[in-house]
Amino acid sequence: MSDSLEFKYQIDGEDFARVGHASTDVKKKLKMMGLPPDVIRRVSIAIYEGEINMVIHAYGGEITVTISEGDVKMVLADKGPGIPDIEKAMTAGYSTASESVRNLGFGAGMGLPNMKKYTDSIEIETELGVGTTVTMHVKF
Amino acid sequence: MGHAIILTQYEPETGVTKAMTIREAMEAVHGTVLSGEDKLDLEVHSACGSDMMSDVLAFVKDQAILVTGLCNPQVIRTAEMIDMKCVLFVRDKNPTQDMLELAEEAGIVVLKTGHRMFNSCGLLYAAGLRGGSDYERFT
Repeated sequence: MSDSLEFKYQIDGEDFARVGHASTDVKKKLKMMGLPPDVIRRVSIAIYEGEINMVIHAYGGEITVTISEGDVKMVLADKGPGIPDIEKAMTAGYSTASESVRNLGFGAGMGLPNMKKYTDSIEIETELGVGTTVTMHVKF
Repeated sequence: MGHAIILTQYEPETGVTKAMTIREAMEAVHGTVLSGEDKLDLEVHSACGSDMMSDVLAFVKDQAILVTGLCNPQVIRTAEMIDMKCVLFVRDKNPTQDMLELAEEAGIVVLKTGHRMFNSCGLLYAAGLRGGSDYERFT
């Protein structure tokens, strides 16, 4: 497989009930492509956490998934408030999520740490008031 | 691919482990099935109980039943992302039709019980289900 496949998803920042539709779709596609189960699982969790972050912190955004030989690249771009302190945000248990988000079962401060844990690389570009772009790779 | 040790239904006398069906798990918690009745004879190996989906995503591996008192679509999504076979809602929580449809699409069995979280987990444990690969670290 020399060429790559790309999928794009618009994430609606208003609709918490729909969070995860992109992750579900990516998972389905990777399954159809016959990628190893462990790779599918890691990609799914990383995108899902990212999708949740986009909705609870950044009013939605865009997810681009590119699958090429031995690599799944995920780019999650939003025009949210940006991350003031990345180091803190990467600390397990640190969260700025609201009480209402916690009541939904999220906001344990595990989002970014999980994304790091399940991917081979993660890069975060962020600017206050402009937005955040998270780029992750899972190799296989 | 690595070889995961999955602790299943545990028999202390013999030390033998065996899998349990979702139906047996449902009976153990005096539960009912809301979706995926055709999959009740699937085997499950372990379970986890949590209302915090972020923690489920962080710590759960190779577990088949998610026991939770949280009731929103993200519970089903979370279960789907980590390949769970079954979600058991405790405290008589009633998932919405949308959630049941989501579960149906993902091939996830949905059960419910009137027991609270602690008792539900206790009943499953007493029936032989264990908490997955971490269990052996403490035994």
